[in-house]
Amino acid sequence: MRIIGCIISALITIALIYVLNIQLTLSGNKTPRLGFFLSPQTGFWQSAEPVNETFNATLKFPQLSGKTEVYFDERLVPHVYAENENDAWFVQGYLHAKFRLWQMDFQTYAAGGRLSEIMGDSSNGTNFLKIDKFFRRLGMVYAAEKSLHAMENDAPLKAACDAYTAGVNAYISSLSEKDYPIEYKLLNYKPEPWTNMKSALFIKYMSWDLAGYEQDFEKTNAKAFLSRAQYEALFPYVLDSIQPIITDPLPRLTHILAVKPPANVDSIYFNYKNVVAPANKPIKPNKENGSNNWAVAGSKTKSGRPILCNDPHLGLNLPSLWFEMQISTPNFNSYGATLCGAPNVLIGFNDNCAWGLTNAERDVKDYYEVKFKDSTMHQYWFDSNWRDAEIRDEIIKIRNKQNDTEHIAMTVWGPVMYDPHYPDKLNSNKYYACRWKAHDESNELGALFRLMRAKNYDDYLNAISIFKCPGQNFVFADKAGDIAIKQAGEFPAEWYRQGDFLMPGDDSSYAWQGYISDSLQPVMHNPEGGFVSSANQYPYYPRIYPYYMPAYFSYYRSWLINRSLSSMQNITVDDMKMLQTNFYNLLAENALPVLMTYLDISDLNNDENKYLNLLEKWNLVNDADSKGATVFKLWVDSCLSKIYGDELSQSSLPMPTIEPQAMLKNILKDSAKLFADNINTYDIETLNDDITAAFKSIVPVLEKAELGNDFEWGKFKDSHVSHLLKIPAFSHLHINVGGGVNIINAIGANHGPSWRMIVELTDDINAYGIYPGGQSGNPGSRYYDNFIDTWTKGNYYKIHLYQKDEIATKKNNLGKLIFSKS
Amino acid sequence: MKFIIVLLLVALLGFAAPLYFDWWSFAVTSFIIALFIHQRAFAAFIAGFTGMFLLWLFLTLIIDNANQHILSQRIAQLLPLNGSSLLLILITALIGGLISGFAALTGSLARRRSS
Repeated sequence: MRIIGCIISALITIALIYVLNIQLTLSGNKTPRLGFFLSPQTGFWQSAEPVNETFNATLKFPQLSGKTEVYFDERLVPHVYAENENDAWFVQGYLHAKFRLWQMDFQTYAAGGRLSEIMGDSSNGTNFLKIDKFFRRLGMVYAAEKSLHAMENDAPLKAACDAYTAGVNAYISSLSEKDYPIEYKLLNYKPEPWTNMKSALFIKYMSWDLAGYEQDFEKTNAKAFLSRAQYEALFPYVLDSIQPIITDPLPRLTHILAVKPPANVDSIYFNYKNVVAPANKPIKPNKENGSNNWAVAGSKTKSGRPILCNDPHLGLNLPSLWFEMQISTPNFNSYGATLCGAPNVLIGFNDNCAWGLTNAERDVKDYYEVKFKDSTMHQYWFDSNWRDAEIRDEIIKIRNKQNDTEHIAMTVWGPVMYDPHYPDKLNSNKYYACRWKAHDESNELGALFRLMRAKNYDDYLNAISIFKCPGQNFVFADKAGDIAIKQAGEFPAEWYRQGDFLMPGDDSSYAWQGYISDSLQPVMHNPEGGFVSSANQYPYYPRIYPYYMPAYFSYYRSWLINRSLSSMQNITVDDMKMLQTNFYNLLAENALPVLMTYLDISDLNNDENKYLNLLEKWNLVNDADSKGATVFKLWVDSCLSKIYGDELSQSSLPMPTIEPQAMLKNILKDSAKLFADNINTYDIETLNDDITAAFKSIVPVLEKAELGNDFEWGKFKDSHVSHLLKIPAFSHLHINVGGGVNIINAIGANHGPSWRMIVELTDDINAYGIYPGGQSGNPGSRYYDNFIDTWTKGNYYKIHLYQKDEIATKKNNLGKLIFSKS
Repeated sequence: MKFIIVLLLVALLGFAAPLYFDWWSFAVTSFIIALFIHQRAFAAFIAGFTGMFLLWLFLTLIIDNANQHILSQRIAQLLPLNGSSLLLILITALIGGLISGFAALTGSLARRRSS
């Protein structure tokens, strides 16, 4: 009897341990190993950082050559003082890993198409294998290999990358299982060693995010359904009222590369009506990825010194993309926002100057239809010959399943993204190769390396001259009083509408014919107006620029920034804070009077009139409490769908998005009548009918929002900063704040100013910064999201480029790390 | 007295073993303690249970207090326990207690009836 009791009890014990030591499947999701996860000695409790934690240690590593001291200020920003530059990169790697290891590791899994390795082929409704296949087929690994080659050919950069990688790995090897960041415990896997290739993958991820957007398939479909006049009206190349970034006249050049469209372009390209759609819906970066930057000269500031401002608009996540740092070495002394995953200070300043970046938004990704001899894809037709294609095998490891392999044909254009095994939606058995600038060898990190040690204007120009992709507008200001802006990047010289639609891949005359020479990408240096600025608009006047510039430009932010700056004098840092956090809706200022003239007020009932009243009383400011902003946003969206929806829904295929500014231009130029008639009804609709119907149709939405108490713009927009795994408990949800697309302070639902920086180049630099996150990537740390409330209020932290003895004697530091050679 | 000694031993070894071995290694120590320091089955279970329950309760309370419940509240949303740190702490302690209790019961029953 007793022995039976013993056996039963033993079985219960073993069963308990077994069940609590494996991942269970609950409603399609894997749990962590619950016993391990809950154990206070090994599990998540180990990530619960005491709120009064300090960060002190003396660390010795054989890779170091001198001594490096790191002081953490009261916001946990490390100030690194290294005797040797490469030691500083080692320490940066160590610190990035110490505070952001899971994030940097996870981002490179995403970039390299390896998420299935840790997440399984699908989980929680997300098909990770599909995401992995997409990034593999886009050639992300291929591109990173090329980038790595360029990085490793630049000897000083290679040394820095090696030191950085060693620093990350020094931290990883100091960890035991219980010390792993909480996400590893949740998903039950381990950090892998860092490599320079992982840094290269991370850089390519940023290239994808900033230079990976296009709508070539969508536009090809639109071209098939619309007349040429309709197409040009919907997707206009030029909007007249916009001031470009560079307003200086272009240099006069005697011979420039002339690009001519191929002889058969009308029949083969413009008038060829084919419809296309990838079945595997492309993953696109957020179209609103953009930024503001500007610099004002001393002639316009109260201090008489330049002020430089920058706020990059990117997806808002936790842990944040950014990590603030000061790095001080014998070669340079720099402070700024660093990206975790590579040695860098991306946006910041040093003892002499400050710099900032906005995205060029240029479209450098095109597709070519390739004709293969047979489905083995070994040979394809090119310039009246069969040409050999190499097959690149990308092996995707899948957790708990067999590997999957993608066979990708590599052509003169680039990787074949879509083939019958990774088909287009129409199953047309067609092959589309992707020509993407990010596939070319380039060394962006090398450019940033030169920039962060720039002493003057010439150094700045020299640094950014090697920057190729993603194209960026680099703004610059220095203590000597210079201000400048230049669009850096290597862009194809293209004929009008080249690459907007799919191109024939058997004809080399459709290739990019060359790159735009640097002399046609002029810098604007100390202009008479006393300021330079960019906000993702045209870099140059498109009507006189010798090449076509396909892109996804923004308009209203740049317009408002230039209008504000040109009228400002005696500018202070506080004025710049006001401008950076400005919620004025310039689209509304332009669009409302136009839409109102077409609204048939006599047709509106009492309820509808109530909302119209709100709009009429609205001060055109998109702040959190604004009701008019909600009504306006819904009305504009509704107008777009009433006026253009019928034409664009002629097919179920994906169609490009139409921008409000295009609609506005159409209405003003009277070309909207091309679309006003609803082609699905017998009546002939006018613009008045469409715009009035659009207004009436939003009233039920507004009534519902009012009932649900989320009518005010901040509540309606419902901004949030989500954890990378979209875990609500690790996210900062329901942030009640103004903003929106086309607003200078561009806070969207999960997107917006990811780092705001203002630098006044006084002798003792007067700088401010903030990002919506916190220095620690650990959800169990008080420093995980502690900046968000300050960011929401539009406030800033004063940031310091400290001398070592200055910070060493500061009272409220959070600790000190000493690194030295062992 | 014996009960108290066993309980303390369970907690002590239950703390020490996972420092070197797997998280569940306290089950082995609780088993061995019960095997060598004999108590009646029920008392062995209670001593084994209580020793680990109190240890994990104590450890989590210290950690959670120092952390001002930041992480426990997040995990209690995730698991989901309605955001209750206290419930999360009790469940944590209960798991430690149950495994240890059954391991101790097994140890006690594995020994021949004391003469």
